[in-house]
Formats: sequence, structure tokens, C-alpha cells
Amino acid sequence: MLAFTIRRLFQAAGVLLVVALFSFVMFRFVGDPINQMVGVDTSPAERAQLRQDLGLNDQIIVQFARFVGNAVQFNFGISYQMKQPVAQLIASRFPATAELSLVSALFALLIGVPMGVYTGLYRDTLLSRLFMAISLAGISLPTFLIGILLIFVFSVHLGWLPSFGRGDTVQIGGFWTTGFLTKSGLLSLILPSITLGLFQMTLIMRLVRGEMLEVLRTDFIKFARARGLSRRAINFGHALKNTLIPVITITGLQLGSIIAFAIITETVFQWPGMGLLFLQAVQNVDIPIMAAYLLLIAFLFTVINFIVDLLYVAVDPRIRLGGSPA
Amino acid sequence: MSEQTLTQVPARRSSRLKNALDSDLIYSLRKSPLTMVAAVVTLVLVLSAVFAPWIAPQNPYDPSSLSIMDSFYPPAWEADGDPRFLLGTDDQGRGLLSTILYGMRTSLAVGFASVIFAMVLGVTLGLVAGYFGGKTDSIIMRIADVQLTFPAILIALLIDGVARGLAGSHAYDEIVFGVLILSIGLSFWVQYARTVRGSVIVEANKEYVLAARLIGLGPITIMFRHVLPNVLGPVLVIATINLALAIITEATLSFLGVGAPLTQPSLGTLIRVGNDFLFSGEWWITIFPGVTLAVLALAVNLLGDWLRDALNPKLR
Repeated sequence: MLAFTIRRLFQAAGVLLVVALFSFVMFRFVGDPINQMVGVDTSPAERAQLRQDLGLNDQIIVQFARFVGNAVQFNFGISYQMKQPVAQLIASRFPATAELSLVSALFALLIGVPMGVYTGLYRDTLLSRLFMAISLAGISLPTFLIGILLIFVFSVHLGWLPSFGRGDTVQIGGFWTTGFLTKSGLLSLILPSITLGLFQMTLIMRLVRGEMLEVLRTDFIKFARARGLSRRAINFGHALKNTLIPVITITGLQLGSIIAFAIITETVFQWPGMGLLFLQAVQNVDIPIMAAYLLLIAFLFTVINFIVDLLYVAVDPRIRLGGSPA
Repeated sequence: MSEQTLTQVPARRSSRLKNALDSDLIYSLRKSPLTMVAAVVTLVLVLSAVFAPWIAPQNPYDPSSLSIMDSFYPPAWEADGDPRFLLGTDDQGRGLLSTILYGMRTSLAVGFASVIFAMVLGVTLGLVAGYFGGKTDSIIMRIADVQLTFPAILIALLIDGVARGLAGSHAYDEIVFGVLILSIGLSFWVQYARTVRGSVIVEANKEYVLAARLIGLGPITIMFRHVLPNVLGPVLVIATINLALAIITEATLSFLGVGAPLTQPSLGTLIRVGNDFLFSGEWWITIFPGVTLAVLALAVNLLGDWLRDALNPKLR
């Protein structure tokens, strides 16, 4: 177990280093950093001085080491476009994305798992077919289109829910703003989280359904029936429990892509999160923000993957036995 | 000897293709009415996109045929509709039916081009990785692993941003479609590479590869002329499924404002433009292109699913 953990840690560090290299290349060679920082009237001598001061004349490997050192301290310099420290910009946008992603993941799990169990148990009922049809739509419709359709129906047509922004937010602690504590904040969360979570929900539903169908055929379920256990105990206590391992894995991995896909949802709903910041950075070629966002997402992904791997080993004893030398 | 094989191989292959079309594939297509519908819908949409200049009632990119007086007509069946514009008009007086037909043309063209690009890149890298093994293999596959941890849309956005920075915003407008195809293609090559590599490792130990090597053929000839035809089956399935994904990705990029420009809109650009008018009541400007995109993606997806099941012997 310890050897496994250490090996995975090294792999994770390797992935992060590769991404950091890509970020660095982007940062250093796409456009001239000096040109972005100074005005038109800066003399060549001053530019050369600035170049020397920033260490842009050092060897590339030294510069890369410095970049990684700064990245570890979350120092990505100043945004070209907004003239503010990148770390500050991202920190101010982070709570919005985190809350949206969290609610979407909960929505996907709390709706997806029961739907999957139901369609797995009752394959041919009308409701099951309806669920499967919804899941097909969830998988093939682009996220932004789902968002627009939801806005069209629930905001424009019915006028029930707000269609943009976070509503009123409350500040907690130093920098965290939350929409959980106000009515308008909660209402504003509904449509974006459905939009963002729908794909994950259908994925989880299909996964649980497939696993349920498989588990229900196994001998220990037959044995449980023979022992006279109630249907409820069999379906939820035995069958569902055994489907949950892959569900944990996929949900964990999907949490990362929820954060990334938030870019689209945040654009549709003008949600003031990191994704919207990143998109504006792409449109304005604001390289420091792009580099920082890329590294941050890579870091989150790696941490999530790492936790999921450990969880997997902890939950499923078979892997532990197979992995250690006999 | 070599002349004989040259003439024989294409003949055998075409008859094999014919057999396949005659039997299993077409049979399973007939068995599934949903797939039939999907196939017909895809065919109709693709054909109407290809022949858009002849079918479309107006040419939406010919400024002389446009009149600002025609703007914001609702669909023809509504009270204020104009029979000239079946699906209504947008803010510049362009008929939506025509813009959708032309937009679908752009969407499909970018979709096909990026799938082909991803396929060529992925298949080549997969062949090289699987055939040579060793260091080459591990470098290519490690890159694939790292890339696979990121969602395709994020990679496409990054490539787009980098291209913008390198080209400068003025030159960027001219190469925008190249960048789109490049960014979508680069974000989808991994799947091909992994599949092909897996099959090549199996094939590389077979006798015909050994025989080809014995008669002194070079690795490139062996890879592309001998191994490639034997590993293409799964590649075609991935390509079909990826076509839907590529169309959606292109639409998403265009919707986010980093894809097809306003002068040559794709379905995604149309939806983005229409989105601004959703609240003022002109719903048709965004909903019709949206529905078209949804139907197109759904139909191609269904075809891909069916192809995957039909070609998978395990499921028969």
C-alpha cells in the first residue's frame, strides 16, 4: 500500500511537471512578455533593463525552475489585460466555480443513482424507457444548448428562475463568497447546476444501470433471495452496494471534468467563476491567466485522481491482494 | 509474385466489402428502425448541407440580396410571418432556413476535416508506437496519457488561445478554420492512437508481418500497406462517434466566441448570435439552429452506436 502510494505520487508529480513545462513554454514564447508589460514609449534600453531584471536572459532551464518555484507559491505574475495579480483574480472567482461544481456533482449523484437503480430493476417499464431517452439526450446534446433551452423554458417562457449571475452573495471569512445563504443565490444556482450536471447524471445513471444488471445475475444475489431477505434488503443492501465501487471512481474522475466544463455553463449563464475568466483570457490572449488556470486544473485533476486511486484500493480488497507481491 | 498479389488484394478486399454490406451490417440496420431513421436524417441533413447553395431560398452572404427591412420576421406560420422566410429572419434580415443550411455546411466541413486530421495523426502515431515499441512507444503513450486526463474542450480552447497569440488578431481571422480543425483534431487523436497501438501489437507478431520483413520491405511499407488495413475496423467506429463529438465541439467553440467568425457562421455561431435575442422574444433565431444541431448530433451519435454494436462480434 505504501509503495503503491509513493509510486502514484511520483507519477502525479511527473504529470504536473509536464503540464508546467507546457504552461511555461506558452508563457515564455507566445508573444513577448516585455511587450505586454510596457507602454509604447518605453525606450529599448529600459526594455533591456526590464528583461535583465525579470531574468528573461537567463538560461531556459533556470527560467523554468523559477517558473515552477513561483507556481508552487501560486505566483503567476500580473494579468496582461486586467493589470491585477493573477492569483488574486483566480481566488476571487474560485468560490463561484466551486459552489456550482459541488451542487452539480450532488445533483448528478442524487438523481443519477436512483434513476440507474430503477432502470436496472425494472428494465421494460414505460418510466425506464423515458429515463433512457432522457439519458440519450443528456449524452448527445451539447451543454450550451441544454442551458439555452432551460433558459428559454424556465426564464423566458415561465419566468420562474433567474437566467444569469449568482444572485445575492454573502461574504464568509476573508475571501469566500457564498450564494447558499440567500434565496436569490439558491434560485440562481438551479438552472446552471442542472445544465452542468446533466451529462454526469446520465453517465452515472447508465453506469449504475449496467452494473445493477450485472450484479443481479450473480450467485450471491440468488443466495440472498433463497435466504428469504426482503427485496429492499437485496436491492439496496447487497446489489447497490456492490455497484458503488465503479460509481465512486467515475464520479471522482468526473468531478474534474465538471470543473472544466464549467467554462461553458458559466458562459451561458454569465456565472462569475474561473471558467468565464479563462474564456475571456483565451479571447484576449491573456497568457498569465491561461497558464495559471491550466496548472490549477491539472493540479485539481491530479489530486482527485490520486484520491480516487487510494479510495479504490481502500474500498476493494481484491486490488490490494492482487497488487502486493504474494 | 508481387504483381500477382497486387492485382489480387484489391479484388478480394472489394468482394469482402460487398459481402459485409450484403449480410450482417445491412441486416442489423434493417432490424433497428431507430437506426434507419437516424441514417435517413443524417443523409438528408448532409445532402442539404452539401447542396445548400442550390436549395437555400436566399444566399445569406450576398449583401445585395439582403434588406434590413426584412429583419425579425417570425416563422411563416405565425401571424406576422412572411411566406418568403419559412423559419423567420434574424437581425440582419437573413432567412433563417438559408443561414441554417449554410451554417450546417460549415459545421459539417469543420467536423469532417477535424475527424480526418485526428484520425490520420492518431493512426500514424499508434502505428509507430505499436510497431517500434520501446522508447518511442512509451514517449507517445505517456503524452497520450497526460492529454487524456484533460477534457477535449479545454485542450481545444488552449490551442485556440495559443494560436491567437502566435498569429496576432488580424492574421488570426484568415486562419481561423485551420486553427479550429487543428485544435479539435489535436484534442481527439489519443483514442485512435491507443486503439491502433493495441491492435498493432497483436498484429506485429503474426506471420505475414514476419514474411514481409523477411522479403526486405521497409518498416513504413509494412506499417501502412500490410498492418494498417488489418487494424482499420475499430478506427472507423471511433471516427463515426467522434464526428458527432467534433461537430459538438466546433459548435461549442463557436458559441464561446472562439470558433467560426460572424462572416462565415457555423451552427454554433448562429446560436450565439441568436442567444442575444432570446429575451426580447425573437426565440426562433436561436432555437431553430439549436434544434438543427441537436438533431444532427443525435442522428450521427445513434449511427455511431449502432456501428459499434454491429461491428462488435462479442455482442452478436
